[in-house]
Amino acid sequence: MDLIVLRDVSFRYDGTPVLVDIDLTIREGDFLAIIGPNGSGKTTLVKVILGLLEPSSGSVEAFGKPLGEFSDWRKIGYVPQKATHIDPFFPASVEEVVGMALMSNRKPRARSGREGRDDILRALDEVGMADHGKWAIGRLSGGQQQRVFIARALVTSPRILFLDEPTTGVDAETQASFYDMLDRLNSKEGLTIVLVTHDIGIVNKHVTSVACLNQRLVYHGSHEDFCRSGVFRDMVTRGDHFISHEH
Amino acid sequence: MHALLTYGFIQRAFLAGVFIAVACAVLGLFLILRKDAMIGHGLAHIAFAGVALGLFLNILPLAAALAVAVAAAVAIVKLKDRAGLYGDTAIGIFSSLGLAVGILLASMARGFNVELMSYLFGDILAIEPLEVGLAIGLAAAVLLAVRMNYAKLLFMTFDRESARAAGVKVGRLDMLLMVLTAVTIVLGMKVVGILLVAALIVIPAAAGLQVASSFRAAVRASTAVAVVSVGAGLGLSLALNIPASAAIVILCFLAFALFSLGKRGRGLSARSK
Repeated sequence: MDLIVLRDVSFRYDGTPVLVDIDLTIREGDFLAIIGPNGSGKTTLVKVILGLLEPSSGSVEAFGKPLGEFSDWRKIGYVPQKATHIDPFFPASVEEVVGMALMSNRKPRARSGREGRDDILRALDEVGMADHGKWAIGRLSGGQQQRVFIARALVTSPRILFLDEPTTGVDAETQASFYDMLDRLNSKEGLTIVLVTHDIGIVNKHVTSVACLNQRLVYHGSHEDFCRSGVFRDMVTRGDHFISHEH
Repeated sequence: MHALLTYGFIQRAFLAGVFIAVACAVLGLFLILRKDAMIGHGLAHIAFAGVALGLFLNILPLAAALAVAVAAAVAIVKLKDRAGLYGDTAIGIFSSLGLAVGILLASMARGFNVELMSYLFGDILAIEPLEVGLAIGLAAAVLLAVRMNYAKLLFMTFDRESARAAGVKVGRLDMLLMVLTAVTIVLGMKVVGILLVAALIVIPAAAGLQVASSFRAAVRASTAVAVVSVGAGLGLSLALNIPASAAIVILCFLAFALFSLGKRGRGLSARSK
């Protein structure tokens, strides 16, 4: 099933093109990496898909509906870039942070307090943070906070999860267990994952398909074909900035 | 003292004061965490124009202040959105305008009379039965609106972008929060006056934030500080014959200082372990 379909999507910021004629389909079960050099429009693309930015032209469909008519935002989870750059003194417990999404959706299901709490505990358990529910969010490490934000994105049982540079500033060991968790969510739970990254090590090890962006979509296909296509080699030859971590 | 509590005007003052204190404390938390604490000062200045308008037109000053403050709150949000003004610029523009219009109207309404002074410096012990009903009703409405939108307000305050992505209509909530703040400011000015009402919004919430590790705990602590300060401030005012508004705000500050010292003490002891 096609979860997200973009047709000829362009986005301009103050007249400057950021995205040009993007055609992209994200299918159920994909573990898609959106890669590209700095300023290539990766984050903008995700924001357009999520309705946070209005495309200058083209159309976006989510779950078969034009984005303007789509209302079941519970099906889509999102962890933004720099999610862990929160105010460390903000008085919110881990359970409160996860519960925000559960109570805030456009079309809330009728969930009693007990059911809502069960959902929160399930989501925290999913990311290995069930023991930290009462902790203040500011007391957690960057890696732990990132797990809590994933739990917040998962608490509504979404069918697709968007993560924008989720492990920036997180140590290598924590990153490894983090991506193992994403692998499990994708392969065992069937969750479709869209990951914005410039870490080629992650792309090589974890994802099943790649969308390579440089204002235009220069490649979209399987990871194996991407490695053979030479697109990545061309970008590196041009001096585009990538990093490669082994996990 | 016990005999004083049997007087109707004192009971009215306590009742209205407690409701208004709770509304101030709860809204104050959201405003501080959004870095919008100065909106209290701005809307208080604007409410001054409303009070002066009420006195000038010979209508209930509280009602006139309510209408003017709510209209200004809507205008501030729209100006921020449409004119793309930085930070507190829209608040600065409207608060200055409010003060100027207030001074003009007050002078046209035969100068700064006793009633206007009671709004400037607060006079909760002189609160009328009609105003008590209005204050309790509006404070209850503010608290109900916050209760109904609690998770959305918290989500938007904590992480605006994720809240938008989850479907929260942040623009509408901005407007709701500003309107609720305008209503609360107008109610609070009867308790501590236009000049000190921002303190009732900011200080109890700031005190609560010193000791809380969850938002729910911050709500409880801030509310407790506000209610105890208003209650004890009124008591001190009666016992010592001092202005209630000053007593209330000074008690709020003492609670803030106490909580801050307590937090610092815990921090130091934790570091020394």
